[in-house]
Amino acid sequence: MYVAAEGVEHHPLVPIWQELVVGSIAFALLCFVLMKFVMPRMEAMYQARVDAIEGGLKRAEAAQAEANQLLEQYRAQLAEVRTEAAKIRDDARADAESIRTEILAKAREESDRIIAAGRDSLAVERQTIVRELRAEVGGLAVDLASRIVGESLADEARRKGTVERFLTDLESAGAR
Amino acid sequence: MSGQLVAAEGLPWPPSVGDFYPPDLAGPWVTKFTLMVWLAVGILIIFFMATYRNPKLVPSKGQWYAESIYGLVRDNIAREQMGKDGIRFAPYFTVLFCFIAVTNLFGVTPGLQISPNSHIAFPIVLAAITYVMYLYIGVRKQGLGRYLKQSLIIPGVPWPMHFLLIPIEFLQNFINRPVTLAVRLFANMFAGHLILLVFTVGGFVMLASDNIFIQATSIFSFLMAILMAFFEVLVSLLQAYVFVTLTANYIGTSLADGH
Repeated sequence: MYVAAEGVEHHPLVPIWQELVVGSIAFALLCFVLMKFVMPRMEAMYQARVDAIEGGLKRAEAAQAEANQLLEQYRAQLAEVRTEAAKIRDDARADAESIRTEILAKAREESDRIIAAGRDSLAVERQTIVRELRAEVGGLAVDLASRIVGESLADEARRKGTVERFLTDLESAGAR
Repeated sequence: MSGQLVAAEGLPWPPSVGDFYPPDLAGPWVTKFTLMVWLAVGILIIFFMATYRNPKLVPSKGQWYAESIYGLVRDNIAREQMGKDGIRFAPYFTVLFCFIAVTNLFGVTPGLQISPNSHIAFPIVLAAITYVMYLYIGVRKQGLGRYLKQSLIIPGVPWPMHFLLIPIEFLQNFINRPVTLAVRLFANMFAGHLILLVFTVGGFVMLASDNIFIQATSIFSFLMAILMAFFEVLVSLLQAYVFVTLTANYIGTSLADGH
């Protein structure tokens, strides 16, 4: 009924010697082929990849460092340029201010000068006019007095006419 | 009762050791088991040759798979267990890992349904190679005397203890290591196959029953068989990993100075 009844019951812990031989040969063949043709290339590839990755990382790191350095440099330059620009702007502003005050001062001086010159010439003119007038008024007064004295004072009408005439003469002399 | 069931369905029930020894196909050299081993060798050679015929720095998909396996064994087993020295053993460990994993997975491969490693002959071969390797490397690295001293004598214990400790250490390092290595792999695959048989064949046996309730219960048996098949995949890979890790560990202790 059981397989034992067939008469070939095998103890499982006793190896079949043919299988020992086949197992050894087959495994030896497998080891030979794979360890000769495949595994060395695999290890070489493994190393190559490790190198490639590590080399790549190193290169990337170097590039990163360089980029950082450049960035830092550019930043420093930018800051420098900015301060310089600010300085230039301040200078320009200061210059503009000083030029403006200078021009203003000059203009004021000029106008003062012109006003002073005008005043001077006015004063001189007035002086001359006063001098001329004074001379003329003296002459006129003398003239008038002599006429008043020279003609008779009796006649009111004539006297009136004399004054009238004098003033008319005066006017015509002034118009001239 | 069980005899009637077997008669009804034609399936051997309950599963027994005899299920692991199907009739030879053509003599003791050409059996299902020897053919499966050759198949595993063929699959692995073709896989690695195909994926690594023209390796590139930026890998193709196949190359990437092959390299992932190699990388796993190289970094997670060899280097983890042995340090930098382990890397030169990585090629052998990779072959060993792949061979065990593929032959283990035959246990859940449709059409094959049994792992060659459930015959103890194949685990014995692999464990023997590990055994010879770590003994040879230990003796070559340290010399026979120093290697034996390092393997057998624990420093810093009172001398009478050595009467007890030396035999234990001898058993531990020179007998138990290879035997457990072989038996662990064998027993896992053997038990895994047995479990699958129990639930699958058991399901059919219950289905053939006259009792409607027993027939209905067979569904749980089949569900369990499916669950266990997934579990077997895990066990297959885990056992391959364990075998290689222990091999690396043993060789590592042979290389190491001091106890």
